[in-house]
Amino acid sequence: MEAGTLLEWRVKPGDAVRRGDIVALIDTDKAEVEVEIFADGIVEELLVAPGTKVPVGTILAKLRAPAGPPGPTPRGVGQPAPPPPLAAAPAKAAPPPPAPAGPRLHVSPLARRVAAELGVDLATVRGTGENGAITRADVERAGASAPRTGPAPAPAPAATAAGAAARAAERALAMRKTIAAAMARSKREIPHYYLATRIDLAPALRWIEAENLRRPVTERLLPAALFVKAVALALREVPELNGSFVAGAFVPSESVHVGVAISLRPAGLVAPALHHADRLPLGELMVALRDLVRRVRTGSLRSSELSDASVTVTNLGDQGVDTVFGVIHPPQVAIVGIGRMREEPWVEAGTVVARPTVTVTLAGDHRASDGHRGGLFLAALDRLLRSPGTL
Amino acid sequence: MSVPSQASASVRTTYRAAVREAIRDALQRDRRVFLMGEDVGRYGGCFAVSKGLLDEFGPERIRDTPLSECAFVGAGIGAALGGMRPIVEIMTVNFSLLALDQILNNAATLLHMSGGQLPVPLVIRMTTGGGRQLAAQHSHSLEGWYAHIPGLKVLTPATLEDARGMLWTALEDPNPVLIFEHGGLYPLEGELATNAGAVPIDRAIVRRPGRDVTLVAYGGTLAKALAAAAELAADGIEAEVIDLRTLRPLDTPALIESVSRTHRVVIVDEGWRSGSISAEVSARLMEGAFHELDGPVQRVCAAEVPMPYARHLEEAALPRVETVVAVVRRLVGGGGA
Repeated sequence: MEAGTLLEWRVKPGDAVRRGDIVALIDTDKAEVEVEIFADGIVEELLVAPGTKVPVGTILAKLRAPAGPPGPTPRGVGQPAPPPPLAAAPAKAAPPPPAPAGPRLHVSPLARRVAAELGVDLATVRGTGENGAITRADVERAGASAPRTGPAPAPAPAATAAGAAARAAERALAMRKTIAAAMARSKREIPHYYLATRIDLAPALRWIEAENLRRPVTERLLPAALFVKAVALALREVPELNGSFVAGAFVPSESVHVGVAISLRPAGLVAPALHHADRLPLGELMVALRDLVRRVRTGSLRSSELSDASVTVTNLGDQGVDTVFGVIHPPQVAIVGIGRMREEPWVEAGTVVARPTVTVTLAGDHRASDGHRGGLFLAALDRLLRSPGTL
Repeated sequence: MSVPSQASASVRTTYRAAVREAIRDALQRDRRVFLMGEDVGRYGGCFAVSKGLLDEFGPERIRDTPLSECAFVGAGIGAALGGMRPIVEIMTVNFSLLALDQILNNAATLLHMSGGQLPVPLVIRMTTGGGRQLAAQHSHSLEGWYAHIPGLKVLTPATLEDARGMLWTALEDPNPVLIFEHGGLYPLEGELATNAGAVPIDRAIVRRPGRDVTLVAYGGTLAKALAAAAELAADGIEAEVIDLRTLRPLDTPALIESVSRTHRVVIVDEGWRSGSISAEVSARLMEGAFHELDGPVQRVCAAEVPMPYARHLEEAALPRVETVVAVVRRLVGGGGA
């Protein structure tokens, strides 16, 4: 990012601040970010008004060094040497400072381990062991009574008022727990099989390039849209990968709602659904995808998007990942992983050529489908991406 | 060297007779083996273990000794150094302290201090434990002390099979091996395979499988742990009972394996709690299975008093089945599962 908009100040001149305090809220192009102060001191002057967009590195406020030695400080004491200006550049929010310690929980080592695995918050567990100690059984009870979520929950509505910091921390914690519970369940219950195939992207990228020349800048396509569309169409050919495994049986989904894994800042993950991805024209799919990403990051997802994905696509290529080994999000039965697009040696008709390629993987639930069908799916995906004009 | 198959014929016998049979077998199999100790010959042993052996094997191989533990244990060490395979009987563990210098400073160290030249293939058998109103002169359980000493092996047979089978394996071992026979076990009756033979002396064994708690016991406490497990089963608490069998070397992997399944452990030890073998077992579980524990390691040990003579006081001082049951119930809490 290069610039951010100052949304609000959380401090005013004269406030004493400590390193780590949140002093302002800034909107970046991806998300709202809380700005932490790097040093102790007293806010002297706010230099940027709310609503102003400023480049990264702009000095936002001036901070005075902390007052002299503790003790009665007479008011109106002469100003010390000019304070060093402090650049409070937009920064990623660090974890909140630890909450004040309550009474220490008595938790057995095993219970602690199981709680971590299940994503159970020990503070919410009632201990039945000796002296109220929390045992494994207590944690498992708490884990069982916690709502079994399908997809990860929506972030709470965009926090604008004060207290957003606390809510964000809570939200992050809740999300972590949800992810932990879903993933632990996945690895516990789902017999995954993994398939990978390398796909020649030259036709697709050539097609996008040509297509984008015809489109207004705002409507240009990204390869991600092609991937989602191709996955959706390939799933029509292999319906065993599109649906859910519930109560011991696979239930195919009538529609193809592709969950798109989107990472959150500073951490976390949601995979909201692009509804009827197989039927959306590419242009509309691209718009829907952009909209989804924007709303994930501003926290305005609709509940249906969070609950009815019938498959998930996760694209970690931007992070430089070559091959994704996905973990299926229960009750779904498949996750498609997209790796990094890069030029690679490619042999064609006995000649080595440089081609843009990508490794696409499938993690399938072996209870619902077999590797043979998974292989057909990847083959279909390959075929579809080679003729992007048909997407 | 394995536990005999159950298909073979068996005979009804006692722990005492099984020990005697083990000695007789060793005397028959190896001419270097002889038995030596106080009253082991003409009197037949203070606990009647060696009754009849003098007539069968003669005074060269069944030797009565003066009342000097230091002297006859030292003689045993010398005989072992000289190529014999002595079995030295000490009447009770209390009196073994008179020979502690020989056991620790000579038997346990010579192989090491001679750079491997002087193995001491000596076996010392002695009685341990209380419960027979023999008071503080004869009733203590000091095997845990000996388990502290590198260079020794410390065995605690608790069953007829081990009473019958551990001696031969011990005699084969190049290290000095101490065998602790709990005095309360001698009259123990049971079935023993007629072909019972040598057994391993380096591993613990699960005597009763269970899923809710591991009871660790050895020697005289095994029967108590099994009785407690039977009582707990009536409440739906499935206790696993591990017989340590050997206190040195401790079979730590077996302990960790069991606790990794049950996640709770109660150690039943007739020794005094402080600095006991139960403390060592507890420490090893903390080191190796901390994250498996769903509750604190618990111990049921002897009261830290010289063993009383009065029956009711002695009973109160020793680990009791009901104490084990109560400790397990508290540890397991509301439900068994």
